Amino acid sequence: MINALGAPQSVLVLGATSDIARATIERFAGAGRLQRVVLAGRSGAGLDAEVERVRSSGVPVVEASAFDARDRAGHERVIAGAFGGGDVDVVLISFGVLPDENQVRADPLAAADIVDVNYTAVVTTLLACANHLRAQGHGVIVVLSSASAVRGRASNAVYGSTKAGVDALACGIGDALCGTGVSVVVVRPGFVRTRMTAGLRPAPLAVDPQDVAEVIAKNLTGGSRTVWVPAAMAWVMRVLAVLPRPAFRRLSI
Amino acid sequence: MSAARATESNGAGTTDGRHPIAATREELTGWGRAAPTVAHVAAPSAADDVAGLVVESGSRGVIARGLGRSYGDAAQNAGGMVLRLGGLDRISPVDPITGLVTCGAGVSVDRLIREALPRGWFVPVTPGTRQVSLGGALAADVHGKNHHRDGSISAHVTSLTLVDGRGALRTLTPSEELFWAVPGGMGLTGVVVELTMRLIRAQSSRMQVDTTRTTSLDETMAVLEESDRTSRYTVAWVDCLARGPAMGRGVVTAGDHAPADAAGDATAPSLGRRGMPAPPWVPSGALNPHTVGVFNDAYYLMAPRTPRRSLESVGSFFHPLDVVPGWNRLYGARGFVQHQFAVEDPQCVRRVVSLLSRRRAPTLLCVLKRFGPAGRGPLSFPSSGWTLAVDLPVSDSLGSLLDAMDEVVLASGGRVYLAKDARLRPESLVQMYPRLDEWRFLRDELDPEHVFQSDLARRLHL
Repeated sequence: MINALGAPQSVLVLGATSDIARATIERFAGAGRLQRVVLAGRSGAGLDAEVERVRSSGVPVVEASAFDARDRAGHERVIAGAFGGGDVDVVLISFGVLPDENQVRADPLAAADIVDVNYTAVVTTLLACANHLRAQGHGVIVVLSSASAVRGRASNAVYGSTKAGVDALACGIGDALCGTGVSVVVVRPGFVRTRMTAGLRPAPLAVDPQDVAEVIAKNLTGGSRTVWVPAAMAWVMRVLAVLPRPAFRRLSI
Repeated sequence: MSAARATESNGAGTTDGRHPIAATREELTGWGRAAPTVAHVAAPSAADDVAGLVVESGSRGVIARGLGRSYGDAAQNAGGMVLRLGGLDRISPVDPITGLVTCGAGVSVDRLIREALPRGWFVPVTPGTRQVSLGGALAADVHGKNHHRDGSISAHVTSLTLVDGRGALRTLTPSEELFWAVPGGMGLTGVVVELTMRLIRAQSSRMQVDTTRTTSLDETMAVLEESDRTSRYTVAWVDCLARGPAMGRGVVTAGDHAPADAAGDATAPSLGRRGMPAPPWVPSGALNPHTVGVFNDAYYLMAPRTPRRSLESVGSFFHPLDVVPGWNRLYGARGFVQHQFAVEDPQCVRRVVSLLSRRRAPTLLCVLKRFGPAGRGPLSFPSSGWTLAVDLPVSDSLGSLLDAMDEVVLASGGRVYLAKDARLRPESLVQMYPRLDEWRFLRDELDPEHVFQSDLARRLHL
């Protein structure tokens, strides 16, 4: 159960090797209530290392679960497995890839693959988790959207479009779940300094995975909502969202 | 009603002429208004209906809910069934010789007092609000200002009838070991549908009250100990924001039922007046160290400087929490948590009050009282010594403060009250309640399949 102060006892992470997922689990563990973590991700040394890391942080039960975003048919098995082991208080959907925009634009099938991973797989996992959580009568799904979901940009049209889909889905499902005890928290970070963004020039208002984790941890009890990291990013994007296109496209962002 | 009929009624309601008991999805919280979850809520009005619903409760189980005054998640059952028992509202006539009365579990302390007081009887134990059901009061084994004399409510219950985990009705008396799994068992031993308890005589509906203002925690504790020798009912309000030598200053009230000749105006309202309800919405953070500091100063200064004796109504003496209906909304949308602990060692109380004072915890309501000897229930909260209860608004830093309080309490061998809890660590519970295994053994006899489930039970692995 998530207690009155928002500290969860059990978490399912889909995309367990992401830096934001790691920071979020660390933050949850810091509240001293975490009892069980299911780490779903591509099996391999990375996932094993993650299991070891969470275990050594004092979480009594840590399970690894082989999860492949492209294997749609296998999603339900992974999720049912996690729920079969007991209540899941928080599902963190944190998988995704940031493609080289020029490369995927040159190869439409590669772009479609990005859509499969970043969007279609979120559709199947989010809906499956929502069903399990409804039956449970409580729980939070945290979905990592992006500030880039708000407005399509020349520099990351494909990635942004997948996040726009994720964002719209998560907001809609979150509202649909109102009154079921289940909520969806949509997280819109700006530029996060992670392995995924390594080598890119950090944008203004760049944050660390720990900042995202902090915002997630503080927003588990307020019902379905959309949160920005950092909070100031909300205002930047609100302004950018209403900028006329001729002006917007001239910005080098 | 048969179990099969109950299943059908889960969806569609019964047609046998009684109240339908269709379950509806409802979001529930405790009195602290934090951590909401959704359950299927049904309102049976007869023991047979309860039994049917228990048998058909499904994989996420069932828990009884009275008036929702448990502060935390004791009367919530996410994804499962919750039974509102307000329909079990029968009160038998009071036996004029023994004072025994038999009540449905849904009868509130409020209603019982209204029935009994005009006839010269009073409830043997009442918590700080009358708006609790007797079933809930027994499940939490509530105590009152007279614990040092009269123990908790279970000491006055002579028999109870519950629906066990198999849906069977059982009547238990205090001579049976199983009976004692119920008080403090937080509803996890079955649904109590009826209980018989012994009322006490009250010559009047007025209370003779001595009020003493104290200037330090040591004085507060000394006056409280002294009052316990002279008065049946005692309690102290403590100002947890006061600092330095004034830390723990407070107001001690000690009372007894006024004899008929001293009661004065017999027409005065015995339960006090109902005040203005709290506004429907209050911003989070309205109660902060500054506003609460002003309130605490005012409350302290309004208390008489020298000890004073006065006559009060039963309501204003026993039930300060009922003065402002819906006062739990004052803490804003994020809600609040009450931390109440019991400990033998007075030094532990000093350490906690000092911690609260140092951390500038905005505690409007901080209540100190002495407990008499513990009762027989393995999970019953009261134990000999001191008890301190503190209301604190939910904030980002509250978790670490409450954990720090737990550590102090644990180090002194104390325990926290499950009826108030919303955030304890399961491993702390094991240390605080050394008779937990004994209780589990009894619970397994009453409910071998663990049909009775609650959010509290899931959170603490009860």
